[in-house]
Amino acid sequence: MYLTPMQTLLMILAVAAGTQLTRWLPFLLFPEDRRPPAVVTYLGRVLPAAVMGLLVVYCLKSVSVFQAPYGLPELVAVAAVVILHKWKGNVLLSIAGGTVLYMLLVQAVFA
Amino acid sequence: MERTEQMNGIGTQPGRWRLAAKAAFPVTIPVLTGFLCLGMAYGVLMQGKGYGPFWAVLMSAIAFGGSMQFVAITLLTTAFDPVQAFLLSIMVNARHLFYGLSLLEKYRGLGKVRAFLIYTLCDETFSLVSTVDPPLEVAPRDFYLCISLMDYLYWIVGTAIGGILGNFLTFDTTGLDFALTALFVVLFLEQWKKRENRPAGIIGISCAVVSLLVFGPDNLVIPAMVLMTAVLLGGRKTLCT
Repeated sequence: MYLTPMQTLLMILAVAAGTQLTRWLPFLLFPEDRRPPAVVTYLGRVLPAAVMGLLVVYCLKSVSVFQAPYGLPELVAVAAVVILHKWKGNVLLSIAGGTVLYMLLVQAVFA
Repeated sequence: MERTEQMNGIGTQPGRWRLAAKAAFPVTIPVLTGFLCLGMAYGVLMQGKGYGPFWAVLMSAIAFGGSMQFVAITLLTTAFDPVQAFLLSIMVNARHLFYGLSLLEKYRGLGKVRAFLIYTLCDETFSLVSTVDPPLEVAPRDFYLCISLMDYLYWIVGTAIGGILGNFLTFDTTGLDFALTALFVVLFLEQWKKRENRPAGIIGISCAVVSLLVFGPDNLVIPAMVLMTAVLLGGRKTLCT
């Protein structure tokens, strides 16, 4: 440990406070008993699909396309997830299939 | 009426929670895999810096913020600066603002449970709650609570396991955290099923890619959020139809 227990506890509380602020802010700005403005309702409706796209990119952000293996394991595994999901439509199967394939690729094929 | 409900188990507390848990558990399995894996990695890393399982679990239980906790490992090994930690947490977690906005409707009027749902709102919980509908026989409140609670516990349990026995693991888990990437891909496809969600999905991916190319992998989230909001607001008239 680099910090004292008291300092560590304060750091944990600081991280928690910052994180919680981002979680509570929208709910504090637009309380339950009042209708949020139409523009906020609109954003609330369109954001999930947009954010899901952002999260996919976010998960793949550190993949290097210019260095071996050129992002191939990620590309193949994501493609497998998409194909499995279009074909069988089973959430767990798509995720398990893609993950097992990815583990094989990074541990055995491109290792 | 009351009698039949009780016979079905819907009106009784244990039956009601069992139904909700039964509906929620399967959809949280990918999170279970990903969180156990990442939580363990976190516990091991904290251990490596001299912060035993007690501290790792305390951080996971109180702060509960995946990527920020990894960033905080660095902060815990330099000069004591809680103000920097606070500000950095806001920036790293700014995407939660979007989740809150999107869940204002779903989390309306849920009583005491609501505070816990907001406290533990993370990428994975938001993705599940906003994409998967509870089955008819389960109250949305119970379904959301089960998902939030399960995801929260997976992270804490993972952290504890990593902190306690991380050094004895022999199974090669490299790549197991791809489960979370796969989860977001699948949930994106689920959103894609509804035709009216497609423009927003494309806008989300394009803005994130542009932001990644311009600002690099470490600073992509906030510019992507700003860009995305601007494009969605600009296209409001077109997208509303």
